[in-house]
Formats: sequence, structure tokens, C-alpha cells
Amino acid sequence: MNPAMNSAVSTINAGMAPVATPWFFYVLAGLAVASGVAVITRRNAVHAALALIVTLLSVAGLYLMLYAPFVAGVQIIVYAGGIMVLFLFVIMLVNIERSSKERQFNRMWPVGLAAACALMALFVSAIAKGNKLFPDRGMTLPESSNTQQIAALLYGEAGKMGQYTFAFEIASLLLLVAILGAVIMTKKKI
Amino acid sequence: MLNAFMSYLGSTVTPGEAGNQFWALIYVLIIFAGVSLAVICMNWLERKALAHFQIRLGPMRVGPHGLLQPIADALKLMLKEDIIPSEADQFVFWVAPLIGLLAAFTVYTVIPFGPSQAVSDMNIGILFMLGVSSLGVLGIVVAGWASNSHYPLIGALRSSAQMVSYEVAMGLVVVSAILMTSLNASGTGTLSMIGIVQAQQQQGIWFIFKFFPLGFIAFAIFAIAMVAETNRAPFDMAEAESELTAGFHTEYSGLRWSLFMLAEYAAMIAVSSIAVTLWLGGWMRPFPNLLHAPAWEFIFSLFPGLTFAGLAAIAVIGTARMPAHSFFKIQRMGLAVFAALLGFIALFLLVIAVAGRSADTSVAARFREGIDYVYWFVLKVAVFMYLFIWYRATWPRYRFDQLMKIGWKVMLPISLGVLVLTAIVGVIFS
Repeated sequence: MNPAMNSAVSTINAGMAPVATPWFFYVLAGLAVASGVAVITRRNAVHAALALIVTLLSVAGLYLMLYAPFVAGVQIIVYAGGIMVLFLFVIMLVNIERSSKERQFNRMWPVGLAAACALMALFVSAIAKGNKLFPDRGMTLPESSNTQQIAALLYGEAGKMGQYTFAFEIASLLLLVAILGAVIMTKKKI
Repeated sequence: MLNAFMSYLGSTVTPGEAGNQFWALIYVLIIFAGVSLAVICMNWLERKALAHFQIRLGPMRVGPHGLLQPIADALKLMLKEDIIPSEADQFVFWVAPLIGLLAAFTVYTVIPFGPSQAVSDMNIGILFMLGVSSLGVLGIVVAGWASNSHYPLIGALRSSAQMVSYEVAMGLVVVSAILMTSLNASGTGTLSMIGIVQAQQQQGIWFIFKFFPLGFIAFAIFAIAMVAETNRAPFDMAEAESELTAGFHTEYSGLRWSLFMLAEYAAMIAVSSIAVTLWLGGWMRPFPNLLHAPAWEFIFSLFPGLTFAGLAAIAVIGTARMPAHSFFKIQRMGLAVFAALLGFIALFLLVIAVAGRSADTSVAARFREGIDYVYWFVLKVAVFMYLFIWYRATWPRYRFDQLMKIGWKVMLPISLGVLVLTAIVGVIFS
């Protein structure tokens, strides 16, 4: 999201007090990028995990600015609150002293760099051609009913099947299979 | 400035919804001061109540009946040397108590003390509360790791395992309460904290009594899980002093240690307010739909004043029963001043109740309403805070495997069952 779009948000939303000012966007984006860089540059795994938490929280802030409070809330609960706690739980059992002195044995960094550059080029071109690719249709900002709209898409309105019910159920079945797989792999005798 | 100040006065929504940053800031400051004061009171009450449970006197020296003990404690903690172990991870050690404190206090932005007495009303209120309060565990985990010592690390591991386990049961029963909010004409529920209380108002029943055993079981599961979430006895495995010295905060001292304590008590108040909002009708007074005549309205509005009058009477009795020896002269004077202070507050509240008894939109009436809402909400939360002390005095600590067994094999299946049954019963009876 660029600042031009930001001002568009506040003009469309003229009825309400402008909450999503560009200032917030720059702070959150800067925080996300800075802590994202810290994630891959810190040798200490716990520091990297803490930086990743900051990244996830600032991305949650960006979701809030995009008038998607439900996604932001889920981001905080699932990623920052759940997954990162488990990450830290595992990392804490690693001997940080030894692992931080270990030399990098994986020689894949040129491939990673090329992939990152390609992704960057894609983003830059998308932003440069932004107006042609994504025509401005006049955004609707369903902040107050965001949660209800997601529910309507997933489960459908009263008496009607939701658009994504099948995909949602399949995804939850996949997660269930993954959970069972984890249990079976860790427990020899069930 | 004056404009921003005046423009909100006639409003009936929260400052966050009205977009008034100035009043939002005032509310934040009031809540921050109020919570800090509540933590101080809780500190004194816990020491006194625990002492009386064990047939001791508790703090008696600093101030009459030890009333100034929390202030003395706070001063001591601030002046104490703040030690950072040389082998500790300096930055993480420094930042850990702040994470816990931030998580505990951020939650208060959505706690509804009344229909407009909250900093803001979010569309995702309860989701936000659960999410941010689950960040509090990060502070504990990180503190245990950064201390670079065995007992704190074990405490942190226990605490993270425990909190992640109990969050599951907690989340499921919260969902069953949210399901109940959707039992209205339009069939749309809400996640907003204010909306949840208003749903109970519309349905004319607190959710603890809804579908009788179901609401109550859900509430009981939440009441157990919230003790585990805040690391309080009997689930205080993270700081089990008989096994781990002091658990995750063994290496902490001085102000940093007190920040952990502040965060713990603030988190206790926060989870209690979730329970009050979801199952006990939030800011509503008892029987608003049965006893709704203006006379009843007036009688219930006298309660805040009478509560303070009762406290003042207790203080007066304490003054009269103080030993006559000259050694107690200053203490007796102090208690008399305290009684007078409580009496003045009681008088003020009673005057407000009488002046604002008509249900019009005058300033006094609105003020009276606001005091009523906050009073009932705080009273319900206070009951929970007393329960926390009571648990601590009554039950021995669980063993860790028992704790996990209860969390995963008892509470999780029951909460799943409650969720499914609530959905079925809700579909049948609506």
C-alpha cells in the first residue's frame, strides 16, 4: 500500500475521523522492514525470534489500517501469541552459545538472493504499473462489519451456502490430518 | 483544546468511536491510575486476607492495620539495587518485564466499564483481548531464558506449556458465549465487548444462566482456565517457590521485579473483566428487567454510596477499638482521617445519587448513571479478585503432569462438548 492509496482511503472515508494517516503507515512499515532485516541478520536465534514477533505485530497493525480488524486479531492470536511462543519454546532448549559460533554450512545463499531479487522486481513492477493492473473501483470499507462479511463468505448468509465453505472445510481437514500425523510420529505406542 | 473537551460531553459512545483522541487519553490515564490503585489495594488485601486465613495478623506496623504497607513496599522496591546478572542477555533481560506490562495494560482499551465508559469499542473486542493477553506469556518466557539460569528456564518452559494448553479450553468456552450473542432476531452475533453485554441486556439474562447447565459449565471452565493463564495458585507452576526458588523471576530484583508483579495483577483484573463481560452481565445491575420501577432504580443507585459508607463505618469501628496506649496515637489519628475520607466519598456518591435520580439527560443524571455502571462492573471484578486470594489460601499446588492432564484430558473435552451442545440447543430454541 502506498501513500497515495492511503490518502484515497481517508478521502473515501471522509465521514469518519481519519484514523489511518500516512504517518502510521510509515512507522509500521519501517518497523516491519527493520525487524524483518534483524530476523535474518541476528546470529542469536532468540533475538531473531523476538524480531520476528515485532514484524508480525506491525503487519497486524497494517491489517488494521486496511480496515481488516478480524485478520489483524487472528494474526496476533495465531502467529504472535501461539506460533511464536512455540518457536521460543523450542529455541530456548538449543545451546545458543554453540550454535551462534557455528559456521554457516548451507551454501544456498546465491539462490536465495536471486529469488529475493526476482520477488523484489515483481513488486516494483506491480507498483509501477499499479493503476493499470488494479483499476480503482472505489473501495468499500466494511470496517464495522468486516468479521460478519468474512463469516458470510465462509459459511454463507442465512439459508445459503458460503462461497468458500468447501475450501474452508478442506483446509481444516488438512490441519486435522497434520495434527494426527504429528501425534503418530512422536508417539510409538498409542 | 476546550472545544475537544466540551464536544464529547453530550456523547453516548466511547471516545474511540467518537474519534475524540483527547478524551480517549483522559480515559486511558484514569484507567491506568485506577488499575495501579487497584493493584496497591489488592497487594494489601492479599497479605491481610492470607494472614487471616492462616490465623495471623499480617502487616500491622506501617500505618493503622498496615494500610500504608504497599506504599512502604513500593518505596523499598524502587530504592533497592537493580541487579542484572553478568551472564544474562542484557537487552532481553531488560525488555522482558516491559513486554508483560505492555500486554497486560493494552487489554484495558476495550474493557467496557459501561456502555460508553470504555476507551474504545472494537469490532473484534474479545478477539483483541484474548490475543493481546496471550502475548503476556512472551514476557515470562523471554525473562526465564534471558536470566541464563536453570530455575528461571524451567519456570519459563512450564509457564509457556501451561498457558498454551489452557488457552485452548479458554478459547472454546469463549466461542460458546459468543454463540449465545447470536440468538436474536437477525441471527448475527458480535465480538465487541460492549455488544456482548448489550446482547445479554436484550435477551434479559446473564449468559451464566443461559441454557442452564451449559452457560454455567462454560463459565466454570473459564474461571479455572483464567487462574492457570495468570499463573496464580494452585496453578503457579512457573514460580513454584518450593521447587524453583521463584521460577521465572528468580534473577530479577528491585523495580524490574515489581513490574512483573504489576503485570501479573493487571492481567488478573483483565481476565476477570473478560469473565464478567461474557457471563456476568458486565456493567448491568442485578435484576434490571424484574425490578425496573423508578423506585428500584433509585434504591440500586444508592449502592455505591452505601458501600463506601460501610467501609467508613468499619474504619470508624477500627478507630474506636484501637488500644488506648499513647504509642497508637498517630495510628488512631491516621485511621480517623482515612474514615473521614471514605465518609466524604460516600456522602459525595449519595448526593450524586439523589441529585441524579430522575431519568433525564441532565449532567447529574448522566453522572449518576456512569457511576452505577462502573460500580457494578468493578464490584463483580472485585469478587473475582477475592476468589484469586481465596484459591491461593485454600488449595495446594498441582503437580505439573496433573496440571497438563486436567487441561488436555478434562477441560478440553468438556469445553468442546459445551460448544457443540450450545450450538445445538441454540438452533432448537431460537
